[in-house]
Amino acid sequence: MMVSVEPLLRVNDMHVSFETGHGSVRAVDGLDLEVRAGEVLGLVGESGSGKSVTLRSITRILQPNARVKGQVFWRGEDLLRMSETRLRAVRGAEIAMIFQEPMTALNPVLPISLQIDEALVAHTTLGRAARRKRAIELLGLVGIPAAAERLDSYPHEFSGGMRQRAMIAIALAADPALLLADEPTTALDVTIQDQILKLLLRLVDDLGMAMILVTHDLGVVAETCSQVAVMYAGRIAEAGPVEAIFYHPRHAYTHALLNSMPDSSAARVALKPIPGQPPRLDRPIQGCPFVPRCTWATPPCESRPPIVTVGPGHVSACTAAHRLPSRIVPA
Amino acid sequence: MIAATLSRRLPRLPISVFIGLMILFLVLLCAIAPQLVAPYDPLAFDFSALLQPPTWTHPFGTDQFGRDILSRVIAASQIDLQIAFFATTGPLIVGSLIGLFVGYFGGVADAVFGRIVDLVVTFPFLVLVIAIVAVLGPGLINMYIAIGVVGWVFYARLMRAEVQVQRQNEYVAAARVLGYSVPRILFRHILPNAIRPVIVYWVTDMALAILLGSSLGYLGLGAQPPTAEWGVLVADGKNFFTQAPWMCFFPGLAVVVCGLGFSLTGDGFADLLDVKR
Repeated sequence: MMVSVEPLLRVNDMHVSFETGHGSVRAVDGLDLEVRAGEVLGLVGESGSGKSVTLRSITRILQPNARVKGQVFWRGEDLLRMSETRLRAVRGAEIAMIFQEPMTALNPVLPISLQIDEALVAHTTLGRAARRKRAIELLGLVGIPAAAERLDSYPHEFSGGMRQRAMIAIALAADPALLLADEPTTALDVTIQDQILKLLLRLVDDLGMAMILVTHDLGVVAETCSQVAVMYAGRIAEAGPVEAIFYHPRHAYTHALLNSMPDSSAARVALKPIPGQPPRLDRPIQGCPFVPRCTWATPPCESRPPIVTVGPGHVSACTAAHRLPSRIVPA
Repeated sequence: MIAATLSRRLPRLPISVFIGLMILFLVLLCAIAPQLVAPYDPLAFDFSALLQPPTWTHPFGTDQFGRDILSRVIAASQIDLQIAFFATTGPLIVGSLIGLFVGYFGGVADAVFGRIVDLVVTFPFLVLVIAIVAVLGPGLINMYIAIGVVGWVFYARLMRAEVQVQRQNEYVAAARVLGYSVPRILFRHILPNAIRPVIVYWVTDMALAILLGSSLGYLGLGAQPPTAEWGVLVADGKNFFTQAPWMCFFPGLAVVVCGLGFSLTGDGFADLLDVKR
């Protein structure tokens, strides 16, 4: 398979801060990210590590008190400096997004048919009848049975899983090249989670889309992603192919994170959480943000570790990168 | 589908709402076809029956020119219903639009809006309206202007608060990320979700508008004689209050009953639309 040279999406040294009454909070602090066509990138991290903010910065839907610096290149154009008009043409048509809460992400007063139709009106030139046909096709594509009958239902008549499917159908309406999925399965129960993930994977394959999947569930990542980026305190800790990250973590945080995962082969073994809390983001962080919780920390960690290449396509910002043991247990 | 919705909701319709709607229906009938309901011509003098107390021939009595009070009260419903509608609908539209914009965009516009609200709510509503009518001069049109200038603030405040809640909802972010224009997001997505408390307030506000319109009519600042308007009728009767109290009583009663009709209906709307107040 040929690897395209220029990535579809390239985030370059992005900083996002929120101006609050108590000073500014640095949610994302110098982030680099690349997504190639057809690739599934898992963006992992704890709550508050900046995953969702990253997605929302890319599409520029943050609250007005957010300051975004850096560059986000989409097919060579900088999204952050794009005009509102051009941006609106990219949103929905080229980059689509689905959300964590299917309960609130659909407009409660409009039937599903109208919400799909609206996306089709905005981004296609189809006529009325063709749009209706396409809407039924889309609902069928995301696995809603009897799509034609369910089309005119309101969101409250759908279950959580069906709403997420409907949300995906709306996002896919204009055939986007990149799907941003912001914890799409967190609000759903486990069996539905699995169905939705399989659906997303199938769609990525069938439609040749790329996807950024934000999650805090490493199991989900292992199942679905080809590339992983681990975030901590608004920075990339480690990024690379999923096997490399899971078997040969080269960042102390990833290592600790993988060790804290429950082991399904041994029941009733105490969990090994990472002690301590993530750092506060409302004051500048000197050096590696993980130092206070890190068992591998050494004096050089007090200055910010550079991101270095540690393997093929595998980068890490950790001074202990080559001291960490490989993991034998597959996740 | 509408029938199905109604049948699901009608059994829950409390008796108070039913009474409210009946009253409004009667008032509306009087306003649309006064000649069908009224027994006499409201302007016809009858010098053989001056200042008659209520009898079977004149159920509400007659005034100093022998005009039938019942017919005049019925004729006045036209003006008063008009006041109830126009004095609230203008503020409803203007206030909702302003509330929608400042609620969504925030920033400087919102700060300015906040100061305007502070300024307006500092004065008692009636005093402010009277002051403006006094400047513009009396008359129905000027009264609408005065009520509109003050009244939009309350609709805008309500709308702004609701929009700020709705704006946080994920469906707004979803609409933005789908590349929809700002007008589309505002009017198609946020407005229908935010309008309910405003609609309820609108119906309740009509009761207040009736009271306000007849107050101003009484003070000679609203509808001008010889236009039949309940407040004007009460003002006409006050000179004969000792001999013919029915001249004041029945138009006053009409104000109370009509106001009650709007209040009961408004409360019913609040329950039906599940708006918490």
